[in-house]
Amino acid sequence: MTETAKAITSECPETLEERPAIPAGRETIFEERKDQIHRIGEGEFAMACNRDSLAGAVSQRACVFCGSRVVLYPIADALHLVHGPIGCAAYTWDIRGALSSGPELHRLSFSTDLQELDVVFGGEKKLAKALDELIPRYGPKAAFVYSTCIVGLIGDDLAAVCRAAAKRHGIPVIPVQSEGFKGNKREGYLAACKAMRTLVGTGDTSGISKLSVNIMGDFNLAGETWIIKDYLTRMGVEVVAGITGDGRVDSLRRAHGAGLNLVQCSGSTQDLARMMREDFGIPFLRVSWIGIEDVAESLYAVAEHFELTQPELAGNIVERTAELVRAELAVLMPQLKSLRRDLEGKKAAVYVGGSFKAFSLVKAFRHLGMEVVIVGSQTGTEEDYRELAAICAPGTIVVDDANPLELSAFLKEKDVDIFVGGVKERPIAFKLGVGFCDHNHERKIALEGFVGMLNFAKEVHASVLSPIWRFVPRRNLHNSPMNAGEEA
Amino acid sequence: MNIDAVMDSPTVAAAVAPVAPASEYKGPSNVSTTNACKLCTPLGATLAFKGVEGAVSFLHGSQGCATYMRRYIISHFREPMDIASSSLGEKNAIYGGGPNLKKGLLNAMQKYGAKVIGVATTCLTETIGDDVPRLLAEFREEFRDLPLAELVHVSTPSYSGTHMDGFHGAVKAIANQLCVDAAPQNARVNVFSGMVSPADIRHLKEICLAFGVEPIVLPDYSETLDAPALLDYENIPSGGTPLSDLRAMSGARASIDLGRAISAQETAGTSLHGRFGVPLFRLGLPVGIRETDAFFEALKAITGVETPRELALERGRYIDSLVDGHKYVSGLRAVVYGEEDLCIGLTSFLAEIGVQPVLVATGARNRDLAAHIQAACGDVLRRMPIVREGADFFDIVEQAQGLAPDLLVGHSKGQRAARDWDIPLLRVGFPIHDRFGGQRLLHLGYRGAQSLFDRLVNLVLEKKQNDSDIGYGYL
Repeated sequence: MTETAKAITSECPETLEERPAIPAGRETIFEERKDQIHRIGEGEFAMACNRDSLAGAVSQRACVFCGSRVVLYPIADALHLVHGPIGCAAYTWDIRGALSSGPELHRLSFSTDLQELDVVFGGEKKLAKALDELIPRYGPKAAFVYSTCIVGLIGDDLAAVCRAAAKRHGIPVIPVQSEGFKGNKREGYLAACKAMRTLVGTGDTSGISKLSVNIMGDFNLAGETWIIKDYLTRMGVEVVAGITGDGRVDSLRRAHGAGLNLVQCSGSTQDLARMMREDFGIPFLRVSWIGIEDVAESLYAVAEHFELTQPELAGNIVERTAELVRAELAVLMPQLKSLRRDLEGKKAAVYVGGSFKAFSLVKAFRHLGMEVVIVGSQTGTEEDYRELAAICAPGTIVVDDANPLELSAFLKEKDVDIFVGGVKERPIAFKLGVGFCDHNHERKIALEGFVGMLNFAKEVHASVLSPIWRFVPRRNLHNSPMNAGEEA
Repeated sequence: MNIDAVMDSPTVAAAVAPVAPASEYKGPSNVSTTNACKLCTPLGATLAFKGVEGAVSFLHGSQGCATYMRRYIISHFREPMDIASSSLGEKNAIYGGGPNLKKGLLNAMQKYGAKVIGVATTCLTETIGDDVPRLLAEFREEFRDLPLAELVHVSTPSYSGTHMDGFHGAVKAIANQLCVDAAPQNARVNVFSGMVSPADIRHLKEICLAFGVEPIVLPDYSETLDAPALLDYENIPSGGTPLSDLRAMSGARASIDLGRAISAQETAGTSLHGRFGVPLFRLGLPVGIRETDAFFEALKAITGVETPRELALERGRYIDSLVDGHKYVSGLRAVVYGEEDLCIGLTSFLAEIGVQPVLVATGARNRDLAAHIQAACGDVLRRMPIVREGADFFDIVEQAQGLAPDLLVGHSKGQRAARDWDIPLLRVGFPIHDRFGGQRLLHLGYRGAQSLFDRLVNLVLEKKQNDSDIGYGYL
């Protein structure tokens, strides 16, 4: 064996013969990933995060391009042109709700569809022509041009092409430096924030109330931005921009007129909030619109912020907020109670993109009498996981950047009743006879705000209590007379 | 209907005046692509590799490619679709992806227990110039002490071709790289089915068995991508063409390549024919009566067995249903889009039932689509449809607008147009993202034609009933 071979195999001590037919439990964990998994109560908390995904491990993560694309996607009156071969555009065509109250240009998929000759001779001319074709055709308010892996390699000067196109067409044409291989989703978020930052500050802010906010880090997948906007409006707070839920180019341009930024999903838009704090002095609050406490606390935090900073304008904003919360809870709680009766004592697993959602879901499940026994995310930080570990029960598995082998092993070990995740997690749950709730791109039901909590409870209830599980072999193991006594 | 016979087929010679001759076609006028009618090359390869027993599909590239394709494929099949990735980062893009590739292969072997790993490249690794065959050879040498998985490699730069090139390329690579020795003569028949549904693959197997021959279908993802509920989670789902079968392909009685559009290309079938003299039948996808008849004729020629009664009955019942239902669909104008070979089959099916295809479009280029359609059904068509290659949905919509279509036939991505025009969409092929059971849609054989015809008639009736002020109870 050569030296490199030894180096690589020494990290993977098992040989193929030693491998169990169906790796179960802890054997499925890659040696290199052991420090990305923590079992609460087993030793000191320590987790390695924000590391490149392990080759061959089938990470659930995506790439830089994906990070940029999800953040910018909901900006509905912009042209989103993917500069690269067809796949990157094809796989993100109308990929999720991201509802718009007006234009829907974001639901179309545009690509330069680079071909072999473009790769050899460069794609700049094709890109310029594509922009010349698409901008007059659709009359967008701005264009985002996404860089993909290949563009990063062939060295197209995206910025120069965009600058020239902006001049020709009189709209902002913004390069998004989202070459897929240059990191993971986080770098993509940052690239998106940098792209949006070029718009912020270029619009007219006259007429904006000092009692105003931007809703950041919600993408209006199932109309959630509108739910939050409704709450804020009832509190007397103006919403300047959804960043990027129901997003518009012009609202981004005047977003610096807002008195406060509300940042959900810290990973995706916090960078922009930081830039806006530095450049425009706009403070930001980290919020979450998922669950009960988190929604109420977020609304109260907004109220208290304005009571403190704008006492005259704010009036009795805290009382107004309390009234709103009371009214919403009066509707929600009785309905939750009846759902909870059926769900009490069931177990849940949570694996989501960003860790903020994991926090809120752990708390949300408590209102259903359920315990989260597996919790993880694609892109959490060590601090996120430490805080998560602090609110979960001993024995809970905390995991960063998991893969199907680990997730399936954990689900079996913990024998959960429902898994909350996205499309890629769904078949893992279903193959194991575990209920599922999509809390990601493909959901069609609003899961934020107080009404979202009710919808969430209904979703969980509908899956967990379905009669079909009694026919699924693995779940059937417990009750089937045929299997009596065989249970390990 | 073997390799030479196809060219002499009377249908090829039959000339029908086209509405728009292929020569007038200048290709899509746009530089940009809007709502693509194709997917990228590696996706097809990952699907094909999924049809080999014990195989893990592996993408040599950045992590996002694998994740996007997984998500896309899962949405159709609703099954686990693990694609391993070498997860290249910036450093690898500069210094080469070899170490990550090797490490990824080891991990896929050790944790998944892969018996076969199908490595497809991406635009990233093709552009940085990773020599994957050499890297795989090095890997085999470096780790020769370990029981290694079989490694298959296919070059699938996403900037060249479509997912169909990736699919056929992977099938050919499997045949070339895993079937290297002359196997003893056996009674099997190799069936290279093309990118069809799990239900189609099951039906193809059933048909062959009815003719008394056990087929080797490649790829066979009929179980891996449409698996039953099981007691335990299978890291690699059961099913797929076994390695032993792949090795036996060189001794098979014959091969059948399904798909007219690949008939000018090197395929798994031509490779086995060239290397081992396995007789090759090159046919269209058996969609509709005549393409299915040709498939049955080939099976008859290979086995000497007459069409079994059960299958003959299916044909008879189908024709009987055409008589019952022809007036519901006669003269309707259809737009067909999607993968080239499915397009040809569907156009032939529609022509046979009296629907006039007015536009047939595919995202692929250089497939000679018009000539193949002419050959498949020129003599039944009253008029040749407009045929477009390299089309996206912007082209399709623009072109179709003036053609007043009554229905669309294709995958889920035509839903927007169908909705805008308020006409039915007969969902077929891949992907089906907005309906349930795409993996169980049957297109092939008389039974597939029956299913397509029943669904089509019912779509037409449903629209008629919904649109009618009277809402007839008998239709």
